[in-house]
Amino acid sequence: MTDLTSLTLAEARKGLAAKTFTSLELTDAHLSAIEAARVLNAFVMETPDKARAMAREADSKIAKGDAGPLAGIPLGIKDLFATRGVRTTACSKILGNFVPTYESTVTSQLWRDGAVMLGKLNNDEFAMGSSNETSCFGPVGNPWRRDGSNTTLVPGGSSGGSASAVAALLCMGATATDTGGSIRQPAAFTATVGIKPTYGRCSRWGIVAFASSLDQAGPIARSVRDAAMLLRSMAGHDPKDTTSVDIPVPDYETAIGRSVKGMKIGIPREYRLDGMPAEIEKLWQAGADWLRSAGAELVEVSLPHTKYALPAYYIVAPAEASSNLARYDGVRYGLREPAKNIIELYENTRAEGFGAEVKRRVMIGTYVLSAGYYDAYYLRAQKVRTLIKKDFEDCFAQGVDAILTPATPSAAFGIGEKGGADPVEMYLNDIFTVTVNMAGLPGIAVPAGKDAQGLPLGLQLIGRPFDEETLFSLGEVIEQAAGRFTPARWW
Amino acid sequence: MSTATHKLLKGATGDWEMVIGMEIHAQVTSNAKLFSGASTAFGGEPNSQVSLVDAAMPGMLPVINEECVRQAVRTGLGLNAKINLRSVFDRKNYFYPDSPQGYQISQYKSPVVGEGEVLVELDGGRSVTIGIERLHLEQDAGKLLHDRSPTMSNVDLNRCGVALMEIVSKPDIRDAEQAKAYVAKLRSILRYLGTCDGDMEKGSLRADVNVSVRKPGGPLGTRCEIKNMNSINFIGQAIEYEARRQIEILEDGGQIDQETRLYDPNKGETRSMRSKEEAHDYRYFPDPDLLPLEFSQAFVDELKAQLPELPDQKKTRFVADFGLSAYDASVLVAERESAVFYETVLDRLANRARDGKMAANWVINELFGRLNKEGRGITDSPVDAQQLAAIIDLIGEGTISGKIAKDLFEIVWQEGGDPRALVESRGMKQVTDLSAIEKVVDDIIAANPDKAAQVKDKPQSLGWFVGQVMKASGGKANPQSVNDLLKSKLGV
Repeated sequence: MTDLTSLTLAEARKGLAAKTFTSLELTDAHLSAIEAARVLNAFVMETPDKARAMAREADSKIAKGDAGPLAGIPLGIKDLFATRGVRTTACSKILGNFVPTYESTVTSQLWRDGAVMLGKLNNDEFAMGSSNETSCFGPVGNPWRRDGSNTTLVPGGSSGGSASAVAALLCMGATATDTGGSIRQPAAFTATVGIKPTYGRCSRWGIVAFASSLDQAGPIARSVRDAAMLLRSMAGHDPKDTTSVDIPVPDYETAIGRSVKGMKIGIPREYRLDGMPAEIEKLWQAGADWLRSAGAELVEVSLPHTKYALPAYYIVAPAEASSNLARYDGVRYGLREPAKNIIELYENTRAEGFGAEVKRRVMIGTYVLSAGYYDAYYLRAQKVRTLIKKDFEDCFAQGVDAILTPATPSAAFGIGEKGGADPVEMYLNDIFTVTVNMAGLPGIAVPAGKDAQGLPLGLQLIGRPFDEETLFSLGEVIEQAAGRFTPARWW
Repeated sequence: MSTATHKLLKGATGDWEMVIGMEIHAQVTSNAKLFSGASTAFGGEPNSQVSLVDAAMPGMLPVINEECVRQAVRTGLGLNAKINLRSVFDRKNYFYPDSPQGYQISQYKSPVVGEGEVLVELDGGRSVTIGIERLHLEQDAGKLLHDRSPTMSNVDLNRCGVALMEIVSKPDIRDAEQAKAYVAKLRSILRYLGTCDGDMEKGSLRADVNVSVRKPGGPLGTRCEIKNMNSINFIGQAIEYEARRQIEILEDGGQIDQETRLYDPNKGETRSMRSKEEAHDYRYFPDPDLLPLEFSQAFVDELKAQLPELPDQKKTRFVADFGLSAYDASVLVAERESAVFYETVLDRLANRARDGKMAANWVINELFGRLNKEGRGITDSPVDAQQLAAIIDLIGEGTISGKIAKDLFEIVWQEGGDPRALVESRGMKQVTDLSAIEKVVDDIIAANPDKAAQVKDKPQSLGWFVGQVMKASGGKANPQSVNDLLKSKLGV
């Protein structure tokens, strides 16, 4: 029954409803696939017993006719989401074998709607990274390889495990989080669909925090429709997160196939980088052409402060992270290194527990918040953030419905290829995505083609606040035109 | 700001003036903590009142407790302060095991309450107005326990996350007496408002005191901060000690290091805790987990309308309605419980317009005097407000004299019972029956013919006759009637 893993979520839902197969069969098929794909290192914790128990319960609910919208659908969960009774580490050594007594709001809503948990997915440590290489569980392999090459590539990050697992057909969809591009960049690297909803759309309660004002949960899925189905269950107001917004969650699926005729799509001229690969340029043009063919109007727009977004992001995000990660001190849970006094306990535990990239960002963040530097760095970065937000507002005020950009400046790269000497080389991966987090807007990455070496490339659509529906409608147009992409199995 | 004369300290080079400012940490009266639903009850088993948020578990988020905001606004209104409709919560970052988040959520640049003022009464009818700089909400920390293990310290997080109001005064305080009176007045206002129980022993009210000295009217000196004072008397002692320490250094040609100090009440001295150089860099920044705290003027107005009568207003009313002296009124309103007792007495009086002032005298002189003697508080007075009101009624209506009333008070204090019934059963009633008094008067005059003859020349000896008659009647004769009768009979 391995072909069950190649279904989209929407197809599986149909099959389950028609009782063509059971959730247990569907779940077992994915559990076998996970077992066979351990070389990808996408899962850091497999929970087959829990998965089968949840699948049986879903089957009985389906039989009784009270199935939720995701009944029986097996999913992978990024290890940043707290899962009750299941080890949650954010892929950091410092959390050790931490087992939460609580369930994140987003995952609890997925279980409420009947989804099945297959296990926990790899990610960059505390979601800090763009290649999934900073995980304490080691890097994740991208199921995609360059044509004729055996080199293992990164799946992007930080939600590398989520993207790899969805692309390799190990789960029907996955939760992910996006602080600067951590959903959209790995989606683009793996030919999956990833949406970062508007800041405030999903509750952050129970998600290990990286940068609170930027973090947002979203799904990575096999199709635009699947992403819409997942987001509908993940989204919603939560009184436990005061930054979550109390507005109704639409049935996003109804936006799939909705006409985009007459929509105004902005092409931001500042995203046309010097030295951008021609195939990215070509892909962007193709995307614009597809949308135009579907009846949308393409206009050039300006987002003048774009070039300041990445530097400002690398002040704001580390600043918040340096404070958010202070709680990992060896006192109450997680790793505790032996020490003679409390200062040593902090020093030894944090030195041993945090990886190099996390330490770098904690230090940057501590620095930019320090007395005497706060105004020059943090305060100025916040001002830049306001300007970036205003750029988008001005653009939308001109009647633009969404903005089309490339998702990443390049396709996936090899493990160890980037950022070894200069971390900025790695940070540049987020050049097209961080602006969206800085402005709190929704952004979707949709597969749109391949580069000359056969690697997938994605396009990004940026929407108005809380208008994820338009992104799904437009994303569907691109998906229909570009087709869907599945990697050849090598693992 | 000071309108009162204040104490100067004598040094070798002349007089020195103290400049004092205070930061009072007042624990907010609320059932739940500032950002979590955990209980704030005092005295629970260690770590029995700790939520996931308080323990800073991964992914936990703070949610503001609206009651704490209301309490802060009420307090701001009680301090005649500006209420900020928009304020911001910031993170104050530092590592310590009593602070699981690794930061305290506080308000740094935009506090919920701005400038206000407090009128502080001093001895001898003097008063001084102390300016309030700001009031902000913040989280309390947990408590380290060092006595449970020989090699480790433990932490109790029950108090961690409980709401505190930090009330910062302007440097308007000029001596220890003012400082003590300021804390007492602030505590009184908080108790009237019901926003803090003011229990300094339990740590519900703690003060950091900033002290500097200068030549009177001269430029401000360098200040030292004395941390975590939890007794009004210690505050007074610490200020005196610290000011003299600074004067000694300055007069020896030295300079004051800006530092944080601790007061040791056993030794009666302050000692250095950390210098300015060792001070933490708290890396304040707006807490991204919390939206700015915003509310409407209508929200403030509603709280204002429901505010209880505060000590200053109560004092004014007591003076106006019952003719109390300003001093007596301030004694009665200083503690909420005393004012409540007095007002309960007033409520039970048959004629409070007539007897309100007498009631005040009785509460202050007889009741407080007796309570102080026995070291008891007003809340466990053996004589309750109903009983005291009955005693005052009996005086006011002329049933007993003031002197008898004191005996009656003593009986009620010792034995309890209904004063009116006691007067009846023990025959303490004042005799106003003229014929009965007349007989006693006649008997006394008859027995002392020579003294009676002298009265015409020495009218002041009438008092001797009054005394004799009162004695013979067991104090029950109406003194006015006795006086009138004697005068007519002796022809004075």
